[in-house]
Amino acid sequence: MSAAVFFDLLLAVTLVAVAWRVLHAPGTFEAVVVFITLGLLMAIAWARLSAPDIALAEAAVGAGLTGVLLLDTLRALHPGAGDKEPVVRHHPSWAASVAAAVLAGVLVLALLGIPRDAPGLTERVVEELPRSGVSQPVTAVLLNFRSYDTWLELGVLLIAVVAVLSLRAGTGLTGVPPGGAGAPLLWLVRLLVPMVVLVGGYLLWLGKSAAGGAFQAGVLLGAAGVLLWLAGQRPVPREWQWRLLLALGFAAFLGIGGVLMAGGRLLFEYPPELAGTLILLIETGAAVSIGATMAALFIGLHFRTGEISTGGADDT
Amino acid sequence: MTLEQDQIYGITAMLLFCLGLHGVVTRPDALRKIIALNIMGTGVFLFLVSIAKRNAGEFADPVPHAMVLTGIVVAVSASAFGLGLARRLGSPDVEEKDDPPS
Repeated sequence: MSAAVFFDLLLAVTLVAVAWRVLHAPGTFEAVVVFITLGLLMAIAWARLSAPDIALAEAAVGAGLTGVLLLDTLRALHPGAGDKEPVVRHHPSWAASVAAAVLAGVLVLALLGIPRDAPGLTERVVEELPRSGVSQPVTAVLLNFRSYDTWLELGVLLIAVVAVLSLRAGTGLTGVPPGGAGAPLLWLVRLLVPMVVLVGGYLLWLGKSAAGGAFQAGVLLGAAGVLLWLAGQRPVPREWQWRLLLALGFAAFLGIGGVLMAGGRLLFEYPPELAGTLILLIETGAAVSIGATMAALFIGLHFRTGEISTGGADDT
Repeated sequence: MTLEQDQIYGITAMLLFCLGLHGVVTRPDALRKIIALNIMGTGVFLFLVSIAKRNAGEFADPVPHAMVLTGIVVAVSASAFGLGLARRLGSPDVEEKDDPPS
C-alpha cells in the first residue's frame, strides 16, 4: 500500500468518525466545534481530489462562516452555553439505524458499479477553453459556459438574505452591536481586515488563470464584514448602500447580458476578444455581492437588539 | 479488488450522506438537524468531486467542481435561513422581547 493510498484511507476513516461524533456528541457546543473541524478536514479532502478551488471556499465557509453562524445561534438559544447547556437526550431508533445502514450499502454498491471510462465533460471544456477568455477551467465553466446557472445562483443568495431579514422584527442591517469591542479585538480587526481585503482581491484576480475567483474572494470579504460588524466599527452601510452591495453581482450579470442581447447576441454570449474583461467585471460585482450577502446573513440573524448584548453593557 | 482513490472518497461520501440523513431523522433539536443536513450536503459534494476525479487527465472535470462551488455558498445561505427559523422558534420569550428596540 503506497503512502498516498494510506493517507486517503486514513482521511476517509477520520471524516466518517468525525461526522459520527458531530451527530452523537452529548452537548450541542461540542457538536458545533467538531463540525468546524469536519470543515477543515474536508478542505484537505478537496485538495487531495485536485479541487483547490473548492478547498479554498470550504476552508472559508465550512470552517469559518458556518461555524460563526452556528456558534452565534447556539449562544442566542442557550445563553451561557458550554458547560451548563441542557443536554438533549437522543432516543436511538433501531428502525432508522437499520434503514440508514441498508441505504448506505445500496449506495456503495451503486457507486462501485459506475463505469470507469466515462470521460464526463472535460474534453468539451478543453476544446472550448481557448475561446472562453480565461485559462482556468472552473472559472470558464462558472462565468462563461454555465453563466446562466451562476447568474441565477446569485439570485438565490439575494432571496436568502430577503428571507432571513423577513424573520426579524428589529433593526435590520443598519444596527451595531452595543457595548463596543475590547482593545485586543480592535487591534486584531485593524490588522486582519486590510489583509483579508488584499487577499480577497488577489484571489479575484487569480481566478482567470489559477484556483480562485469570485466565490473565494466573496467569502473572504464576507468574513471581513462580519469581523468589522462584531467589533462595532462605524459607519455601518445605510439601507440603500446595503441594497446596492447586495444586488451588484446580479445586476452586473443582467446588465452585461442585456447589452449583449441589444447587440444581437444571445444572453451571456460574450464576444471572444472581450470575454476576459467581461468576466472580470462580472466577477468583481459578484465577489462584492457574495461578501455583502455573507455578512448580511450573519447580521440579519440578530433580529432583536436584546440578543446582541450578552454582556449587558448597553440595554438602552 | 483494490479501490481507486475516487472510490475511497466516493464510499466516504455515501457514508457521510447516510450518517447525516440518520441525524436529520433522529435528532430532536433544530440546531443538530441543521448540522446533520450540512453533513448530508457535504456527502453530495464529495460524491460529485470524486466522480470528477475518476479519470482526470490534465485536470479533473471542472463542471462538477463549478456545481459544488456554487453549492457550498448556497448551502451556507440556506443554513443561515434555517438557523434564523430555529432562533425564532427556539426562543421561549420571543413574544416579550419581540418589540422593536426604542
